[in-house]
Amino acid sequence: MIGKPISRVDGPEKVTGQAKYAAEFNVPDLTYGVVVSSTITKGTITRIDTSKALALDGVLEVFTHKNRPKTAWFDMSYKDQDSPPGSPFRPLHNDQVKYNGQPIALVVAETFEVARYAATLVEIDYDPEPCETDLLKHLHEARDPKSGVANLFKPLPPKPRGDSAAAYANAPVSMSARYIHGMQHHNPMEMFATTVEYGRNGHLTIYDKTQGATNSQLYVTQAFNLSFDQVRVISPYVGGGFGSGLRPQYQLFLAVMAARALERSVRVSLTRQQMWSFGHRPATVQNIRLAANADGTLAAVEHEAIAETSQFEDYTETVVNWTGKLYDCANSTLSYKVKSLDMYSPLDMRAPGGVTGVHAIECAIDELAYNAGIDPLDFRFKNYSEKDWTEKDKPFSSKELRACFTQGAERFGWSNRTPEPRSMRRGHTLIGWGMATGIWDANQVPARAEAVLTVNGKLRVSSATADIGTGTYTIMTQIAAELLGMPLENVIFRLGDTDMPLAPIQGGSWTAATVGSAVKVTCEALAKKLFKLARKMPGSPLASADFTDVFFANSHIRLRRDPSVAVPLQAIVDQNGGRAISETGTSLPNMLKQKDYSRSAHAAAFVEVEVDEDFGTVVVTRAVSAVAAGRILNPKTARSQIIGGMVWGISSALQEESVMDHRYGRYMNQNLAEYHIPVCADVRDLDVIFVEEVDDIVNPLGVKGVGEVGLVAMPAAIANAVFHATGKRIHDLPIQLDRLL
Amino acid sequence: MLTETLPVANAPDALPATRPIELTINGKKRQFRLAPWTTLLDALREYANLTGTKKGCDHGQCGACTVLIDGKRVNACLTLAVMHEDHTITTIEGLADSATGQFHPLQQAFIDHDAFQCGYCTPGQICSAVGMLNEGKVENKADQIRELMSGNLCRCGAYPHIVDAIQEVMNKDR
Amino acid sequence: MNPFAYSRPASLADTVNELAGSSRSRIIAGGTNLIDLMKENVERPAQLIDINRLPFSTIDELPDGGLRLGALVTNADTAYHPLVEQRYPLLSQTILAGASPQLRNMATNGGNLFQRTRCYYFYDTSMPCNKRAATNNGPGGCAAYGGYNRIHAILGTTDDTNGQSSCVATYPSDMAVALTALDAVVQVTGPNGDRSIPMADFHRLPGAEPWRDNTTQPGEVVTAIDLPTRGFPDHYTYIKVRDRSSYAFALVSVAVGLEMDGDVVRDARIALGGVAHKPWRKSEAEQLLIGKTLSPETIRPVADALLAGARGYGHNDFKIELAHRAIIRAVLKSGLDNGAVE
Repeated sequence: MIGKPISRVDGPEKVTGQAKYAAEFNVPDLTYGVVVSSTITKGTITRIDTSKALALDGVLEVFTHKNRPKTAWFDMSYKDQDSPPGSPFRPLHNDQVKYNGQPIALVVAETFEVARYAATLVEIDYDPEPCETDLLKHLHEARDPKSGVANLFKPLPPKPRGDSAAAYANAPVSMSARYIHGMQHHNPMEMFATTVEYGRNGHLTIYDKTQGATNSQLYVTQAFNLSFDQVRVISPYVGGGFGSGLRPQYQLFLAVMAARALERSVRVSLTRQQMWSFGHRPATVQNIRLAANADGTLAAVEHEAIAETSQFEDYTETVVNWTGKLYDCANSTLSYKVKSLDMYSPLDMRAPGGVTGVHAIECAIDELAYNAGIDPLDFRFKNYSEKDWTEKDKPFSSKELRACFTQGAERFGWSNRTPEPRSMRRGHTLIGWGMATGIWDANQVPARAEAVLTVNGKLRVSSATADIGTGTYTIMTQIAAELLGMPLENVIFRLGDTDMPLAPIQGGSWTAATVGSAVKVTCEALAKKLFKLARKMPGSPLASADFTDVFFANSHIRLRRDPSVAVPLQAIVDQNGGRAISETGTSLPNMLKQKDYSRSAHAAAFVEVEVDEDFGTVVVTRAVSAVAAGRILNPKTARSQIIGGMVWGISSALQEESVMDHRYGRYMNQNLAEYHIPVCADVRDLDVIFVEEVDDIVNPLGVKGVGEVGLVAMPAAIANAVFHATGKRIHDLPIQLDRLL
Repeated sequence: MLTETLPVANAPDALPATRPIELTINGKKRQFRLAPWTTLLDALREYANLTGTKKGCDHGQCGACTVLIDGKRVNACLTLAVMHEDHTITTIEGLADSATGQFHPLQQAFIDHDAFQCGYCTPGQICSAVGMLNEGKVENKADQIRELMSGNLCRCGAYPHIVDAIQEVMNKDR
Repeated sequence: MNPFAYSRPASLADTVNELAGSSRSRIIAGGTNLIDLMKENVERPAQLIDINRLPFSTIDELPDGGLRLGALVTNADTAYHPLVEQRYPLLSQTILAGASPQLRNMATNGGNLFQRTRCYYFYDTSMPCNKRAATNNGPGGCAAYGGYNRIHAILGTTDDTNGQSSCVATYPSDMAVALTALDAVVQVTGPNGDRSIPMADFHRLPGAEPWRDNTTQPGEVVTAIDLPTRGFPDHYTYIKVRDRSSYAFALVSVAVGLEMDGDVVRDARIALGGVAHKPWRKSEAEQLLIGKTLSPETIRPVADALLAGARGYGHNDFKIELAHRAIIRAVLKSGLDNGAVE
């Protein structure tokens, strides 16, 4: 089962409209909350008049900072599993406005339409203060970020080594450039929503859009001083996350607050516009200086990044460390700084830091290779790192990046490339071929799972993880089916419910490794338990066998040396006094095994672009991504993950940017008509290769997540292809047509 | 001091009266009491409990709410329920064969080709593809399908597989 | 969205009466733009008049050989109508370059003429906008002037140094660009009877009244759009330059229709979209092409004349050069090919 291209087990529910997302649990007697957002960026609310809204028939309450129920006092109570160091934002906390679009009132009414109208009747006066939101104006004020728990998985840069300045000055070949990335917003297709079902004795059943039901539960219990058994969070389907659901968003807080105050069930859905009113991929400015020796080996690497954060939290991401992992240069200086601005805290967005930092370094490497007169692919072979100097020179647990380069280049036809820019064209269009490297973490964290052999002989496995479209349902079903030798149709995997065993938030491409390992150890434990029971059955043919003598296949425990000697699983459960047989397990990363290795997935992207010579429009006509990510549990869903990442790469390189009018601190293109992401017509021929990679260190399954690595290489590959087509180095993203006119 | 000029002229308007409205959805006539300001999308999701039709932007910019009205694909978020009393409305819940429960060929092809990930845009994509085939303006060419499926955003980036799924169904129909 | 009354008049006369009765009445046909704007609280009608059952949903041949497009025919049905495809392929192709298939199935020909600008500041009721302020909806001024104006106008704008009376909005329709090139005529009925408005006069520049998008009078209803005989089916092009391949508004678009006598231009129409508060045409520019053979050199003065007086506001400076290039490409292409779109 593992490794087979199984169709998504949740497919039937999704293609029939039966899959239910957070705003679709139509519980009885539901009320609707609509959020009023601030229209200034910084200042004080001097008057908030809700009387006109309250006068409408059907309006139940308008919550503001003045009348909101009491919630937890300590800042700590508002921290969640993904909080950066600092003081978390507290909705309706007081009269202070900290960012534009901040929620300042919640109108609750009997119908959505009345609530929406009433929200327009809330009158607000502000005493505004000047705001600063433009990173480019404040680069000189950048500082070291505070570090905290978040840096466990997002390490800050290592200390410099060697003398990069001197090496740069003395080397025969060099380049230097500044790379600017604008802000981006996740914009999953499903807008954030929470439906709170108010039950007996105030018990809350919360249907939340989240990448971690347990994280939402933790947040609600702390902020509202409730016990875990009073709050159940359910999130079986998530209409895309991309990081936006890693932290509980404010609609959760507001819906719970209203439900408890009104003792009614409440749904709060954000509008698409309000999808710009919480975390984003931060604007980042990077300076890179590289130098090479005459033979094309790297002599000096300097990579500096400055990113924005909010005034209340120090959000950080790993931007520059990738450079050190990819290029083992003796004279390297990596630095990362932040600047606080009047905006909401940034938030991990698919391949946070990687998509920014790797774009810059991989464009810089391309430029240096050109300056050295070496093919960009050859240049990367020449400077291939065998160890990770950012992690004390550890070797990689596995690194088949060479195979990615070779197989990707072969499939793409890289050897047919003419190196000279502007040397390939068709009619009005210039053709460019570019390539770049991708890298992403291969982490594993602790998780739990439960496996139950039901009285009907079915296997039910569960863990409170999420499936944001990543294929969790499917791959966990495969793992469980394989371990207990059962057909897929008899295996059910369930997730997204805090009544299930604890799992971490779904992010960082760690779910396959993390929850997969939990499912593995749990199913193995269940197998042992079943075997013990089977042995004890009256007249058991396995009575004298050891666990190592048997295997599980076709819903039987079978003897290895004679598979016809077998006990059906159904018989075991039948013998169990009509009770299901269950086992719970916990998987922990094997630190002892992992600690001496740097663990990453790698990729190489090869891209062809067509650039209209007159208009500057760029189309990615074809692309190949070759990926080394350990064992691929399901090539079908994994391929979709990589293709999705490639589409994000096209988006990041050519289209996506949240534009703020810094005079107001307000986003101007906060809608899907003007915030461009690719449509079907933008996405042509995308190809994926999974290269063979065996890794018995990274985790028991040998798997590395594929949710992010497919994106990382693409923006640089596209920018490099645009250079090859046009001869223009466009350092800033997105490369919209006016940059090429 | 800055006083926000609110997007409301003077006194609030009186709330609109609800009225009985009959809609034909997935072959069944259903009665509702709705005010004119209820969009077809909200009528389906909040009043008819047909949540298969998705709200992805509420402004006609994403296509997640695509349904078929008299066989033509439209954005349910940009039309009022009250305007469709004499039309037949088909949603994702009405695509499978009602007698046998057999999936519409596009539903099966979407599963087979892994033409979705999170699944949120999927009902709209499938309804849009059904509408596109009804229109009969597309030969089985990938570039035409891509253009005529461009009214449906997919943030997961499943587009190549969506095109594959549609092409397979078109090939079978030949 | 504010509450509103909903009516479904049985006749055109009733429609005109209801519409003339209140300045806060709006006609709803396809609804694709109006309902969007109502959700943004930019439009706050007290009454919606649903005209979908009025008899303006056919495409009919006119005695003079032209074609009458009913106001309620959808954009899709218009684009795919055999007579439109044969005689006015420029219009057909232009419509199909706009919006999405779903929106084209809903949006009507009449409604398209009333499509409002995509200016970010117009859409955001907390932002200064002279287009909205006149209806007591948000602060006055023009935040786009001196703001983020990548999609904004380069021709026919109203501007002043402090932005107080400025309007740099564009009219975003594709369809109307082709209609303007084709010399279409809009048929309206109002309290004072019927009248015909040439496309060139239908939309207006912002001038001192940026809140007025067009020249219709209160109570007037568009019933049809008439296409004259000449449809340029042999030499036409619509080029739409935008930020993604589909489902995006034009940064610059060009509709061209030519009549050729061998290599020589006999008649020429060139209209621009995405650059002004109305589709942009100048007959004196077109005249420069008559009698010429087509080459970048002969077209360049035409582009210069069409774009005379263009100015950028920062982010949209590129549109001037882009429009110039698009004009040259579109005219060349029209002469060389038997019509196509890109």
